[in-house]
Amino acid sequence: MREFLLGNEACVKGAILAGCRFYAGYPITPSTEIAEAMARELPKVGGTFIQMEDEIASISACIGASWAGVKTMSATSGPGFSLMQEGIGYAVMTETPVVLVNCMRGGPSTGQPTKPAQGDVYQAKYGSHGDYEIIALSPASVGEMFMLTIEAFNLAEQYRVPVMLLADGEIAHMRESVEVPEKINIINRKLASPGIVKEVWKPDEDGIVPFPVFGKGHRVYISGTTSDIYGYPSTVKPEVHEAVVKRICDKIRKNAEKIWRYECYKPEADKIIFAYGLPSRTALAVARDTDRAGVFRPITLWPFPEKPFGEIVAGKDVYVLEMNYGKMLYEVERVAYKHGAKSVSFLPKLGGAIHTIKEVRKFVGVD
Amino acid sequence: MLSMQEFFRMDRWPNSYCPGCGNGTVMNCLYRALRDVVDMDKLVMVGGIGCSARIDGYVFADAIHTTHGRAIAFATGIKLGNPELDVIVVGGDGDIGAIGGNHLINAARRNMDILVLCVNNWIYGMTGGQVSPATPHTGISTTTPEGNQEYSFEFVKLVAECGANYAARWSIAHPFQLIDAIKTAHQKKGFRYVEALSICPTGYGRNNKLAEPAQLFEYLKSKTYILKQNGTHGSGIAVNLDGKFALGEFANRDRESYLESLKKQEV
Repeated sequence: MREFLLGNEACVKGAILAGCRFYAGYPITPSTEIAEAMARELPKVGGTFIQMEDEIASISACIGASWAGVKTMSATSGPGFSLMQEGIGYAVMTETPVVLVNCMRGGPSTGQPTKPAQGDVYQAKYGSHGDYEIIALSPASVGEMFMLTIEAFNLAEQYRVPVMLLADGEIAHMRESVEVPEKINIINRKLASPGIVKEVWKPDEDGIVPFPVFGKGHRVYISGTTSDIYGYPSTVKPEVHEAVVKRICDKIRKNAEKIWRYECYKPEADKIIFAYGLPSRTALAVARDTDRAGVFRPITLWPFPEKPFGEIVAGKDVYVLEMNYGKMLYEVERVAYKHGAKSVSFLPKLGGAIHTIKEVRKFVGVD
Repeated sequence: MLSMQEFFRMDRWPNSYCPGCGNGTVMNCLYRALRDVVDMDKLVMVGGIGCSARIDGYVFADAIHTTHGRAIAFATGIKLGNPELDVIVVGGDGDIGAIGGNHLINAARRNMDILVLCVNNWIYGMTGGQVSPATPHTGISTTTPEGNQEYSFEFVKLVAECGANYAARWSIAHPFQLIDAIKTAHQKKGFRYVEALSICPTGYGRNNKLAEPAQLFEYLKSKTYILKQNGTHGSGIAVNLDGKFALGEFANRDRESYLESLKKQEV
């Protein structure tokens, strides 16, 4: 079935189909329509919506509800995302499935509330303190806002990790036709076996720890403090902390190939445009009109799809488009030069301005 | 009736508290209040950061030790995620009242269906004795070496005024009243707040010529008085101006709770 939807509405539709039954959030442009639609739609499916007093409370409530066994989500924009960093670190440490949507606007600080940007892509990965890995996805259309929200829930449940949907404000506020499939693949978290769970942090062979939902008689103690596999806080032994950090990082790093989603258009071309989100639409429009340029569009921003990107850049000129003053650029430079790229150049767009086809053609040299 | 060995995680004994700490009495009172009524498989203990916020880890139920100040927000999500759960937050005056103050007043306003047990020892104990919003005026702390210039919060009055269904304050020198208050709070709906004035010989007593726990007990008794009539508020503002602490029930009502109101909407 086809529907004509706002990006933020498509996100809510995807979330509810994915099984989201709890939303805690705080209003902020350009994400507010997600909260509004959740407030309308969640009660219809037996879910709960609550507007909290701030974004710290929002993510905390989401994590709490996740431990009560519910699929949870919050949405925000830069200033709220900054406040959520504390909770992101907690969710990472306690391996709590939670989905966070960041409809990115111009920053730093209050910046440009109504203008799209891509300035928070590093904050998503590095914003909280300590060593960790998360998963971040970048939609380039309203249809992807829908599908990737479902994907975000599936990944969060499968890997017990916060998953972030990093939409620029334009995708959030754009209306497009969306194909809503009849059948959707849903993944639910692996649950702990019944009874008291003693080894609360012992992973299965796949590196994932079964989830002991509260209220089922597991009697677990969960803490953001470094804990041993029995859940005992253990804060001075290097080997205990090392094991925790490796567990929370390696479950993502070692499964990166399964997590990566990307689009590769004309990878044989001499020039490769690297773009994600809104600018990738301009990149594709340019590449369609010339044999000399192809496009690499990461859908998974984190973990960075290093292998598929590295495979196509040897001896080539790489052109990076971003709506920021240089973020993924540095990741691109690292990977591209490691794999023998000839050059990497960058065309930033700031202040909510959008890359036009004309200027990208000139930048890439296919005029 | 649950035995103490069934209520607590005995494999975590002995606890990590200093000699003379009030947390032991609070844990004892919590046990005595709940032992006849609690379903340990439905109980979820929630703590933030601090010495008393670690009490959740000693109770043999599902328990979650969260981030500093956020226990009430986590508890809100847990309760709304599964309203069948019996959610109890334990934390100190810094965790609940300073960094968590916004969550405290908003949860009270919402009449959210959780019980908060605030162990108020007037100091940041875990970090070694810094001033808290409950430190008495002129009290010495490591960050107010010349005495606290500020006046302290009366959290119990604040919570009562914010609309909580239950707000009571007792002290660890009044254990039987404290047990009764927790019992009463536990069976009610909506937001319930029980404050236990406590002592920290290490973090507060030592710097205020009250290093002996017995001295602190006497000090507690000398500074507290029992309300003649429940629900009276004394000065009318939630700031402690006279250094005296009224004890008793500051609110005991049956205003529609958050979940009751939500249920009504569903119908």
